[in-house]
Amino acid sequence: MRLLAFTTRTAKEILRDPLTVLFGLGFPIVLILLLSAIQANVPVSLFEIDSLTPGITVFGLSFMTLFSATLIAKDRETALMQRLYTTPLKATDFILGYVLPIIPIAVVQCIICYVVAILLGLEITATILYAVFMIIPSSLFFIALGLLFGSIFNVKQVGGICGALLTNLTAWLSGVWFDLELVGGVFKKIAYALPFVHAVELERAVLAGNYQNIFPHIWWVLGYTLGAVILATVFFLRQMKRK
Amino acid sequence: MDAIKTVGLTKNYKDLIAVNNLNLEVKQGELFSLLGINGAGKTTTIKMLSCLTTPTDGDAYLNNKSIIHAVSEVKKIIGVSPQETAVAPNLSVTENLELMCGIHGFSKEKKREKIAELTEQFDLSSIHKKKAGKLSGGWQRRLSIAMALISEPEILFLDEPTLGLDVIARSELWDTIRLLKGKITIILTTHYMEEAEALSDRIGIMKGGKLLVVGSAEELKKQAETDKFEDAFVKIVKEETR
Repeated sequence: MRLLAFTTRTAKEILRDPLTVLFGLGFPIVLILLLSAIQANVPVSLFEIDSLTPGITVFGLSFMTLFSATLIAKDRETALMQRLYTTPLKATDFILGYVLPIIPIAVVQCIICYVVAILLGLEITATILYAVFMIIPSSLFFIALGLLFGSIFNVKQVGGICGALLTNLTAWLSGVWFDLELVGGVFKKIAYALPFVHAVELERAVLAGNYQNIFPHIWWVLGYTLGAVILATVFFLRQMKRK
Repeated sequence: MDAIKTVGLTKNYKDLIAVNNLNLEVKQGELFSLLGINGAGKTTTIKMLSCLTTPTDGDAYLNNKSIIHAVSEVKKIIGVSPQETAVAPNLSVTENLELMCGIHGFSKEKKREKIAELTEQFDLSSIHKKKAGKLSGGWQRRLSIAMALISEPEILFLDEPTLGLDVIARSELWDTIRLLKGKITIILTTHYMEEAEALSDRIGIMKGGKLLVVGSAEELKKQAETDKFEDAFVKIVKEETR
């Protein structure tokens, strides 16, 4: 009951922010349309709809980090959090209350991307449903990052780190915009040591129905997700105690 | 019976002693004001009593429940209206009240009853659909106090409830606080002398983390040998400095 009240509030706060709709749902659609238009004129295999869409669905998750981090940082700066800390809400209620409502938002964003992709020619197959389902571990990673950043940084810093740095890192190091093989070297090694490219490869494998190819990417994603959830929990509890 | 009893309550922040060996008793149903200049320790005292920060030393008992050993029990019997307005800005007035009902685990029926009761008590019906973030300062404060009362607290903490409000909004909020007097125990901090004098049963004056004096407004004026409460406050604080 307590948790439901707090998750409802989190969902309403996020969904009633017009920037959420604009960036979270609108921006990935614009990217799919734009890159598909480029692909139509200058064919690049990377931008073919069945390769591009999984990448955009992962890239779009970076906005989930921005939403959750901004809300948490904002809450920490207001007296509302102080009030809520004096209620029977427990630490687990706070953590789950921030994380759980953003998962469906991420899933809806993913579904919208695939609907647009279908309109642009993506073949309708059952693998789309599996791809939507398999976005959940990656979305949990990005949401946990939001909990972590929101627990450490203030609203202004969150805007810079999540709004600019993370979205760019996700874009560059995920192999969505350019083939990492073409860059190679240290850049490629760094990219493959981080989860972004693995999340994209995982989605591409699921969408293509090549389930044996989800390995080892799924382990990278799950490992980073677990690490992010643990770190986020530790830092959230630390700031809660300090408050 | 005492609603609040502090025993050697102390809070240190590194080298700073924010609250120093506070021994205080507040009776049930009493409206007790804590006065003091900035940095006197009023807000830190409220934060300790509302379990937001742990004392460095000593303890306090709220209706016989320790703020150190029975935090969950204490949280069930208190309501807090913090210094800054504590509302969820993108939720409507009613949704803010619903949030607090949900957090306190009310049934649907009790939620409906409680929201209707507080909406009427705080005259919120004309703005119940408005987003809290769009309300004026006075309305936000009123909503903030209504939210603190949702859980039917036995003890209510009002930390500078009228700070930044215009004269009319302040007067209306005073009326609201007067309605609560006697029904629950209220701890009020304020910088406004006339507010403390008008509303309080007893007043405690703090300085540098210490409680200097406790008494009714009349007793404190008598002690300071003056007719004006503000003069009494200034005299008591300045005498302590010397």
